[in-house]
Amino acid sequence: MNTQAVLSIYRFEMARFFRTLAQSFISPVISTSLYFVVFGAAIGSRIAEVEGVSYGAFIVPGLIMLSVMTQAISNASFGIYFPKFIGTIYELLSAPVNFLEIVLGYVGAAATKALFIGVVILATSALFVDLQIAHPLAMIAFMVLTCISFSLFGFIIGIWARNFEQLQLIPLLVVTPLVFLGGSFYSISMLPPLWQTVTLFNPVVYLVSGFRWSFFGLADVPVGLSLLAILGFTALCLGIIWWIFRTGWRIRG
Amino acid sequence: MAAMVQIQDLRKVYDGGFEALKGVNLDIEEGEILALLGPNGAGKTTLISTICGITLPSSGSVTVGGYDILADYRKTRGLIGLVPQEINLEPFEYVRNTVAFSRGLFGKPRNDGRVEEILKKLSLWDKRDSKIMELSGGMRRRVLIAKALSHDPRVLFLDEPTAGVDVELRRDMWDIVAQLKADGVTIILTTHYIEEAEAIADRVGVISKGELLLVEDKSTLMTRMGRKELRVDLQDPLTALPDSLSDFDLALAEDGLSVTYAYDTAAERTGIARLVGAFSAEGIVIRDLQTSQSSLEDIFVTLVHKTEDAA
Repeated sequence: MNTQAVLSIYRFEMARFFRTLAQSFISPVISTSLYFVVFGAAIGSRIAEVEGVSYGAFIVPGLIMLSVMTQAISNASFGIYFPKFIGTIYELLSAPVNFLEIVLGYVGAAATKALFIGVVILATSALFVDLQIAHPLAMIAFMVLTCISFSLFGFIIGIWARNFEQLQLIPLLVVTPLVFLGGSFYSISMLPPLWQTVTLFNPVVYLVSGFRWSFFGLADVPVGLSLLAILGFTALCLGIIWWIFRTGWRIRG
Repeated sequence: MAAMVQIQDLRKVYDGGFEALKGVNLDIEEGEILALLGPNGAGKTTLISTICGITLPSSGSVTVGGYDILADYRKTRGLIGLVPQEINLEPFEYVRNTVAFSRGLFGKPRNDGRVEEILKKLSLWDKRDSKIMELSGGMRRRVLIAKALSHDPRVLFLDEPTAGVDVELRRDMWDIVAQLKADGVTIILTTHYIEEAEAIADRVGVISKGELLLVEDKSTLMTRMGRKELRVDLQDPLTALPDSLSDFDLALAEDGLSVTYAYDTAAERTGIARLVGAFSAEGIVIRDLQTSQSSLEDIFVTLVHKTEDAA
């Protein structure tokens, strides 16, 4: 194991993050506050409570998930796409590192950044609503696993993308709609029966549900199923990345 | 001792069907400087990329320091430093950080002192805290070299290191190469500049259309293929060459004031003494003599054209 390489990549990527710390920090705080104003104040005045939890508090897990997923994807995809775009990937390909070390470095850094944003949003939320966390360990586990799995997913997108447009395509056309339709801002029990069934095909539902359970003990789907979903997604992404490096797809000519 | 780099029947066919390398065989000895000459698209960069691990070979084998580049990639890549042709650097990074990053990437523990030495050697120490985007093109190329040297490689690949570089930097670059050679580093460089190969290489390889046409000692190559010319300047103009000189391969200048004699340096006798004797026997007064040797450039052009004509 080339630990030096893993640490070098990790530090290099984190340095990029710290250079833009203000931006990385302020933007999630502002957007979270906006969500509270818009969803909390406007919709929350009509929906007082969801299953015994105030609407403002109810949307917190979904808000965190939304940001963590999009941040993990954009950080990881950009992290590996940028060297491809400017050509510095030659160094990575000619270095004595294997795919696991490259993934640990890039995905580790992207997941750390996403986790940081998640914690910032959690802290910001605490300013607006009374938060209770019923299962803190489970909460941390779900958050960390989501950071890791979506960073892996972002890494795949970054390797797949041939231009900046493609880099934005999947997050914009697939991930954001899935998150919005995945029960981030409502309980799926509030939907008509047909849509409840349709929604169960949305993988994000399982993540948000499990994460919300760790806060309020409320879940749309069983917690075990949520955990299985996120572990399955992580395994799938790892499998794809392993295949990418074995075949050199889109990175090694 | 086995060669530092051994390339056996290396072939590379790209996905589109383009055959970039058509069975290259080459042994590169430890501590030598090998210059690879070839026109654009000859396969020079593909050859280097394959040895370094950036491109996968289609068939054939390569060993570096006795290790296979695929089976023992960690060992071979650790031995190799690569200075790519394109200036690929992250514009927002700092000089010192990017060099330290390369060192770590190649598995070497952090060593600020070593990084400082390398930066000083490349006259980059003053720029250590500058961003890449603030540097001139020449400075950026130095950064690329610093990155390649950061992990103390035993084999250094320089892919057209002096393309678009000013004279001063080119001289510096040659000095750096000479220093590395003194340290025992094996150096492989590709170039368009034949004078560069002439100035610094021990051996020269000529590659064209994915085939290695020849690899030879620079001096042997130049002697073997070199034609020399002797120019004889005359005191008084000649209208025609006397018949007694018809044995020699001579050409009379239009103004009749000089005669050119082409001869092969590899021949046992050059015939110069005999020629001068023949001149004085005819009563022709010689004013001056000068010789010139064909350069690598002429050799190179002849070689590449020969294969193109054959194809």
